[in-house]
Amino acid sequence: MPDSCTNLPKRMPMLTVQMKGITKRFGPLVANDQVDFDLEQGEVHALLGENGAGKTTLMRILYGLYRADQGEIKINGNPVNITSPKDAIANGIGMVSQHFTLVRPLTVAENVVLGYNRGMTLNPGSIRESVAQASKRFGIEVKPDALVRNLSVGECQRVEALKALYRNAKVLIMDEPTAVLVPQEVDVLFETLQRLCKEGLSVIFISHKLNEVMDISDRITVLRDGKKIGTVSKCDTNELELARMMVGRETFGVSRQSEEQHSSAPALLTVDKVSAMDKKGLYAVKDVSLEVCEGEILGIAGVSGNGQSELGRVLSGTLKATHGKIRLGDQDITGYEPAQLTQAGVGRIPEDRHGGMVGELSVSENLVLEHLEDFMHNGMLDKKHIREEAERLIQEFQIKARPNDCCRTLSGGNMQKVILARTLARQPRLVIACQPTRGLDIGATDYVRKRLLEERDRGAGVLLISEDLEEVIALSDRIVVMYEGHIAGEVASKDVDREKIGLMMAGSSVQESAHV
Amino acid sequence: MFKFRLERSPAPFWFRISIPLFAIVSTFIITAALVLLANANPLQAYYYFLIAPLSSRVSALETLVKATPLILTGASVAIAFASGYWNIGAEGQLYAGAIAAAWLGPMLGNLHPVLAISFMLISGFVAGMLWALIPALLKVKLAVDEVVTTLLMNSVISYIVSFLLNGSWRDPISGWPQSPQIANSAMLPKLVERSRLHFGFIIALAMIAVIWFILSRTALGLRMRATGLGQEAARFMGVNVSQTMLTAALISGGIAGLAGVSEVAGIHFHLIDAISPGYGYTGVIVATLGGLHPLGVGLAALFIGLIDTGAQSVSRALGVPVYLGNIVQGTLLLVTLGMFLLQNYRIRRVE
Amino acid sequence: MDIFWIGLLAATLRVATPLIFGTLGELFAERSGVLNLGIEGTMFFGAFTGFAVAKTTGNLWLGLLAVIISGALAGLLMGFFSVQLGVNQHVSGLGITLLLQAVSLFGFRLIFGESKIPPSTEPFQRIALLGNLPVVGPIFDQYLLTYIAILLIPITAWVIYRTNFGLNIRAVGENPEAADAAGINVYRTRYLALMIGGALMAVGGAFLSLAQLGAFTFGIIAGRGWVCIALIIFANWIPWRVLWGALLFGGIFALQLRLQTSVTVNLPYEFFLALPYLVTIIALAVAGRNATGPAAVLKPYKRE
Repeated sequence: MPDSCTNLPKRMPMLTVQMKGITKRFGPLVANDQVDFDLEQGEVHALLGENGAGKTTLMRILYGLYRADQGEIKINGNPVNITSPKDAIANGIGMVSQHFTLVRPLTVAENVVLGYNRGMTLNPGSIRESVAQASKRFGIEVKPDALVRNLSVGECQRVEALKALYRNAKVLIMDEPTAVLVPQEVDVLFETLQRLCKEGLSVIFISHKLNEVMDISDRITVLRDGKKIGTVSKCDTNELELARMMVGRETFGVSRQSEEQHSSAPALLTVDKVSAMDKKGLYAVKDVSLEVCEGEILGIAGVSGNGQSELGRVLSGTLKATHGKIRLGDQDITGYEPAQLTQAGVGRIPEDRHGGMVGELSVSENLVLEHLEDFMHNGMLDKKHIREEAERLIQEFQIKARPNDCCRTLSGGNMQKVILARTLARQPRLVIACQPTRGLDIGATDYVRKRLLEERDRGAGVLLISEDLEEVIALSDRIVVMYEGHIAGEVASKDVDREKIGLMMAGSSVQESAHV
Repeated sequence: MFKFRLERSPAPFWFRISIPLFAIVSTFIITAALVLLANANPLQAYYYFLIAPLSSRVSALETLVKATPLILTGASVAIAFASGYWNIGAEGQLYAGAIAAAWLGPMLGNLHPVLAISFMLISGFVAGMLWALIPALLKVKLAVDEVVTTLLMNSVISYIVSFLLNGSWRDPISGWPQSPQIANSAMLPKLVERSRLHFGFIIALAMIAVIWFILSRTALGLRMRATGLGQEAARFMGVNVSQTMLTAALISGGIAGLAGVSEVAGIHFHLIDAISPGYGYTGVIVATLGGLHPLGVGLAALFIGLIDTGAQSVSRALGVPVYLGNIVQGTLLLVTLGMFLLQNYRIRRVE
Repeated sequence: MDIFWIGLLAATLRVATPLIFGTLGELFAERSGVLNLGIEGTMFFGAFTGFAVAKTTGNLWLGLLAVIISGALAGLLMGFFSVQLGVNQHVSGLGITLLLQAVSLFGFRLIFGESKIPPSTEPFQRIALLGNLPVVGPIFDQYLLTYIAILLIPITAWVIYRTNFGLNIRAVGENPEAADAAGINVYRTRYLALMIGGALMAVGGAFLSLAQLGAFTFGIIAGRGWVCIALIIFANWIPWRVLWGALLFGGIFALQLRLQTSVTVNLPYEFFLALPYLVTIIALAVAGRNATGPAAVLKPYKRE
């Protein structure tokens, strides 16, 4: 990419978007605290920050999905009152969300024109035609007649972008667009965005990845804990400075200290040619084989939506494998229900912590439900024992809650600690950890990582599924990469090569990449 | 200047438990329009609704009589709903219990009452369970929506009842569509002389205690609540959701079946077509108004029983159609549903 | 074809008419993401208002207009609870059924008192569309509302699949977040769908009181609304299949009536009355997991 920093023409910036003093509270949480943000015409402006820093909230306010408690918004210098996406669209703002807002049973063309087709009738021929034209005009390739449910994530993203541009968006908000893309697709996306910016589009690019931000953007605004830390021009900064602004400290979190010491340990978990289907009835896990040994962390890396999630669910007992065998030591645990897995010594941390605890039940009830047989006499609950156990775990795992508190009222970090406490208290032989730190703050993230490493050092096997490649590299003894449901390759952590992993995540096999 | 803001956090305890009271007051304000439409004075109507039934011994006891089947169907619905099983079939399960009682009742003449009544109760419970078993199995085995099937099962059993009463069970002497009278020993004893209040009321109270005990003191109850409040999470934590729902459905059906026994053996002594004027559906009102809590269900059933008795006294005294009572109940259900949303909010004053 | 079969077909269409109206009404509601269990009460309410207005004004068409308005109001009420407040759709729907039944009964007693002989009105006349045709003529000797019901099938299909409003309905019923982000007013779309659906349901009920019976009885709907709830699953939420389902159910019902009057059979007539319900339960069991409706049904939409 050519260095665009040197000969920038001096120009009077035309501000297309100005946000001033935006404050948004969710209950006691302040998601945005007096945030200012502005966007120049034709620039890519990155909004950088960690998960939970308030980036998405700010943009959802601009797009009319949330109402700010305080603050004002100007578009092209005029104050506007945006109360719904309809207003935002009318003001030339489009948004491509992280979770696609597409209607899956409808066609691509129907999705693109949805809510924007004039007149009363819907003529399949004419919408197909106009979507095809828009596709050509913006250089974004889509298949107008395909059903969205049959599209890949990359295609879905293109449909989303086209949908916004079709509505004459002059400002395009992209919320973590690369999280679902392989590197090659990222390149195409960046080229497209830069071309469109030359034609007058302005882009707000939400990300927590420093390298991308340095790659694509003209200016960068950093948010931390809901506050704006600063806005810098790409030319005047570097990754290190951005990292400091973003996390408020330079050290990276917890990571594996010792080299893998149990490389010759016996296999604890053996996954043998396992396949499984997703909700749509398509194969999401295809013929996957892997082993986890005692005392090691096996990390599973991959771009979101490549079957890791389903593999995690198969191993957690909430999704049935259609083919293949799973063994724990010598025990065949294929098709085990969650209760049987717990019994067999498998601790499970779910991908979505709300799916791993009942929010309306108390902390103590959530702590004991998984091992209820130990807390009952003749079918009756042993209330005293339950309370003692809850108090013990709350203390040991530093959970900021009382036993009778409703779990729903806990912070994300404390919720995750409840799950961790329940899972690890029984010293499981194997831990299946799915996205264990997603959405947590730094303190909680470090705590969870430390705990997982302790499990490994205790001699348990840990299977870590994470979309955060840095986390996988920092914790794992071996790394397996999944791509489109297959195992794309395996690397030992000591000779980790990010480029190689990146290629595997993008679907190139290791053999091919050797020649690159 | 002060502004008020709704904040999403649990409302204070006193507010949450007084929601049904607010709902009752609002309901009476809303339905006052209909009373005026019927050319009556709303305040007078409230008097006949709420005070008059309690001011005479006969009608006060009659309120308890009316409340008896409602406590049972309310408890039945509450335990099912609390477990996330949307049993709308208490009406049909009540009829199943009533059929069992009417079938067994006439044959128990030679038994000691304690034994005869025990048999009646057990048969009614089992019949309700069996009628509830079909939709419950379809739900857990084939993922068929229980709301639809339980509703349909209600219609099916109403035709079975009419088939029995028009056919083999028709009273041979009078020719009325009613089954033969049950044996004296199978009749539930009166609790108070010169009233219709019968032992069924005690059974109903006992069932309230039973569902309270199950839900708050047993492992099964914790599994039920977990299933009801978060099915996927419960499954993840090793709860056998299907089995738990099935159990809840069966207990629910059984309790509704007891309501049928109570009506046959305590009030009518025959099976008749109109043994329930919709007690099963009213049970949904009772359970919702009671916040699915056993104690609340008991109180709600007493209140709805009062409305039922009160509607008749309003009708007699003021000439307002007796269906005003049903309107009050329906409105109360909807208003309560709406008001329960408030328990998740707190009103904060901001500068 | 002999008289028996001709008569059966004619009766099938008649019996199917309220079911078509009711099920299309439910189709609008569920396609927009709301299970409307208020259907039984809405049909009852429609039967009542139609009769009451027609009887008091002496004009059947005014009665029908009142039915459409009252049905839309019933849909609006359902919308207030299920869409605006977002409360449990099962319980609020059932509550609306209970309330509307009570309101109808209350109103009926208020207007007509407690007479021994139920009041009646001159009903709609049948129109012999192809009455002159030999043999099959009697099949087409039907009420206007029956013809309208059948016409409503392609009309509904057109609205759902070929208009922007229909696209909006499908979008909010499948993914309200996406629809909202695309600038569609989710609440308004659902309200409208519920109101159209409510009007259709009410007309279905009014067919019984204004055309078939010319009177209002307390058992006039007798669970037909619940049959519609089953039929919509049976029809997989597709307009054309509603027609086939309703005809199948109507056929069983009509057959029951014929058998009762014309032939002596050993099976009790209650068996035939219960048969549509049993068939539905079996059909649901067979369709089982495959019977998945619009994804957002039962899920209230809140933006925050």
